[in-house]
Amino acid sequence: MYYRVPSFLGALLTASPLAKDKKGIFNWILQRASACVLLAYFLFTIAYIAVNPDLDYPRWRQLYSSSVMQIFSLLAVLALVTHALIGLWCVYTDYLTERLLGPKATLLRNSFQAVTVAITAAYVIWTFSIFWSL
Amino acid sequence: MSRNRPVNLDIGTMRLPITAYVSILHRVSGVAIFLGLSVLLWCLDKSLESPQGFYLVKNIFDHPAAQVIIWGVLSALSYHMVMGIRHLVMDAGYGETYEAGRASAVISATIVGCIIGFLAFWVLS
Ligand code: HEM
Repeated sequence: MYYRVPSFLGALLTASPLAKDKKGIFNWILQRASACVLLAYFLFTIAYIAVNPDLDYPRWRQLYSSSVMQIFSLLAVLALVTHALIGLWCVYTDYLTERLLGPKATLLRNSFQAVTVAITAAYVIWTFSIFWSL
Repeated sequence: MSRNRPVNLDIGTMRLPITAYVSILHRVSGVAIFLGLSVLLWCLDKSLESPQGFYLVKNIFDHPAAQVIIWGVLSALSYHMVMGIRHLVMDAGYGETYEAGRASAVISATIVGCIIGFLAFWVLS
């Protein structure tokens, strides 16, 4: 018989003042928290469109002009940056490794990382410009 | 770390359980949404820009290529969200045994299958 420690309890232990390196565990927690924000945002949007089948332009625009929706969208963008950067970093450090690809892997991984940051920044600027012109 | 340390897990030579496929697809879907976000943001941008843009997005499914692209992005998003919820539930400490993991993988995959089928039906009609 052994005791299983639920992941989140393990997380709390690793984040405690006793633990030395907390970077990984903070990323783990941020990944979960941002997932919840994004989940809420997408579920809301899907539900709104589903219950308003004959949505028209004035109401759609009014929805995104409301301050509640603007704050919600801002939170979603922050969550997206967090979630995407952490998530893709995990993917790259798993596959773009020297073990799998040889000595060029580090350069390749850093290039992917740079392109990812650039695309994410473009998404953020794009989203802001959408809301700016409302 | 030594570059030549032995690696004794060669995934390519093993038969994988359903939980492994569900997990790798969660990854694939995450990367796909990251790229697909450009499509979703384009829809949001156009639909808020002007009444014409709004109706352009609303009638986007008139174009076969647009149908496939939007269906793909929404399918990836549905998959990632359903499997993401399963992941969060397991992170909270529920259903972490192998048997429970298998069962939740089968149930979640069935739910996603229904959603993706419904999306195909909705996009094409
Ligand atoms: C903007 C949309 C999203 C993007 C671009 C995205 C992207 C990603 C990526 C690339 C990963 C890394 C996959 C891996 O390491 O295997 C990931 C992980 C994860 N995502 Fe998302 N995701 C999005 C939305 C969501 C939503 C709405 C949820 C809701 C539940 C979610 C839940 C998760 C969870 C729980 C993980 C951790 C998986 C793990 O550690 O293996 N994501 N996401």
